[in-house]
Amino acid sequence: MSRLTIEASTPLCLLQDAGRFGVRHLGVTQGGAADWRSMAWANWLLGNDLDLPVIEITLGGFAVVAQDDCLLALAGADLGAQIDGEALAPWRSFKLRKGQKLQLTQPLLGARAYLAAPGGFIAPEVLGSRATVVREELGGLDGFGLPLAKGASLSYQGETLLVRELPAAHRPDLRLDAPLDLVLGAQIGQFSGQSLFDAFNRAWTLDSRADRMGIRLLGTALQYQGKPMISEGIPLGAVQVPPDGQPIVLLNDRQTIGGYPRLGALTPLALARLAQCLPGAKIRLRPVVQEVAHREHVEYLKRF
Amino acid sequence: MNPRVEVVAVDCLMLRLFDEIAEANMPWMLAASERLRAVFGEHLIDLVPSYTTLMVHYDLTELNPGQARELIAEALIDLTPNARTGGQCHVLPVWYDLSVGPELSLLSQRSGLSVQEVIRRHSGREYQVFALGFAPGFAFMGLVEEVLAAPRLNTPRKKVAAGSVGIAERQTAAYPVVSPGGWNLIGRTPAKLFDREREGYSLMQPGDTVRFEAVSHAEFIRLGGDDTPLEALA
Repeated sequence: MSRLTIEASTPLCLLQDAGRFGVRHLGVTQGGAADWRSMAWANWLLGNDLDLPVIEITLGGFAVVAQDDCLLALAGADLGAQIDGEALAPWRSFKLRKGQKLQLTQPLLGARAYLAAPGGFIAPEVLGSRATVVREELGGLDGFGLPLAKGASLSYQGETLLVRELPAAHRPDLRLDAPLDLVLGAQIGQFSGQSLFDAFNRAWTLDSRADRMGIRLLGTALQYQGKPMISEGIPLGAVQVPPDGQPIVLLNDRQTIGGYPRLGALTPLALARLAQCLPGAKIRLRPVVQEVAHREHVEYLKRF
Repeated sequence: MNPRVEVVAVDCLMLRLFDEIAEANMPWMLAASERLRAVFGEHLIDLVPSYTTLMVHYDLTELNPGQARELIAEALIDLTPNARTGGQCHVLPVWYDLSVGPELSLLSQRSGLSVQEVIRRHSGREYQVFALGFAPGFAFMGLVEEVLAAPRLNTPRKKVAAGSVGIAERQTAAYPVVSPGGWNLIGRTPAKLFDREREGYSLMQPGDTVRFEAVSHAEFIRLGGDDTPLEALA
């Protein structure tokens, strides 16, 4: 078993995996890595199953010291990572020798970095997952939903010998500003014509009111003209429009049911990109039909 | 019943069975749930029932949207209402008291009924669990008598005690853990509504029925209840 001691952390540094499934009918949210794609690549770099527990570090402020010689992997945002002061770029595995310190300082590109370990970080399985959901007091190192804290110890049991780098062709481009694909949902026809034009032709600004439950989009208010809705299941990435007309993209820690009309839901690849955007960023939405989005997603999964 | 299938996300479809909330929906909803679980088998990731809908989240690496639609259609063939074979009936003890249920007086004023009568009517019915949501184990139940219906508080409380029993419109519910909340509180149950050690985790499951039973303060404490007054939590 190899160990790391956490020297610095924030409430936004969380143990995550692919999320909690099969319990949403009990009101238990999904949780899991907000940028599933970077989590998967971090695991891939170590030859892990793609959904093993990783550390999600949002915006930096995280540091660990190795208690043993370790081989780890970093993917996702460039949070100014350093090993004993020397810069470390993401999308690679790397050695961290006993006593060395890995530090993630501040966002240089993107918002969320994922740190993986061979065999995944060890934590108790709670309702089928290790994903930390603070609000539900589920998952994480102790199983009770706490963020990672200074002084805590991370451990893993696997072994990987080879240092790898993700080929440039596979590396997600966090600078990409192409529109985010949105699968059109059932209420789409009940927004005003002008609102449909605005939704897909104007830029939206990410509000600072953003967390793992959802991100509010600021822009022209959208008008829903349909009947009030009865609460129903909400999918990951749903773009719901409350009465003030400012859409909210619902993320991993969203409530399981809700009653606001929806434009539809972002695709998983769009969500992975959104999870790397900082407040103030401008995004655009692009409508896509379910079949096309499905084909694109399955095609992407072949890369792993 | 007028079933429709709607697109929800790349890997989710909504089966909409009804347009209004009604207790009579439940046998159909339960039957459809069972069928969906059976036809999707291990390709089902999550099935999220609510009042009138069932959201099917399936494994998109195994099924394309067309195949998922076909499975839903298959699940609906010759569907007959399920006479509650799966649903359990729970009795939830409740200590109805102003110190833990301050809106007892509000409901009494609104309805013109005495506090005792409000309690008698709330506990005098069997309720359906329509859906779970808001928090793990939080069950939306109904319907309470029209005369007890009351809108949510204008300003939700920042902290509602675990076990708090409330009313919003014609629904009733109990809070599994301390959380913010805007329901009209009328009492508190000592029942553990969500328990990660219990099989099935949640005491109440969609399709179950619930009856509230008024208990004394002594009985509430004996059952493990916490009688900390609501204002002491703020």
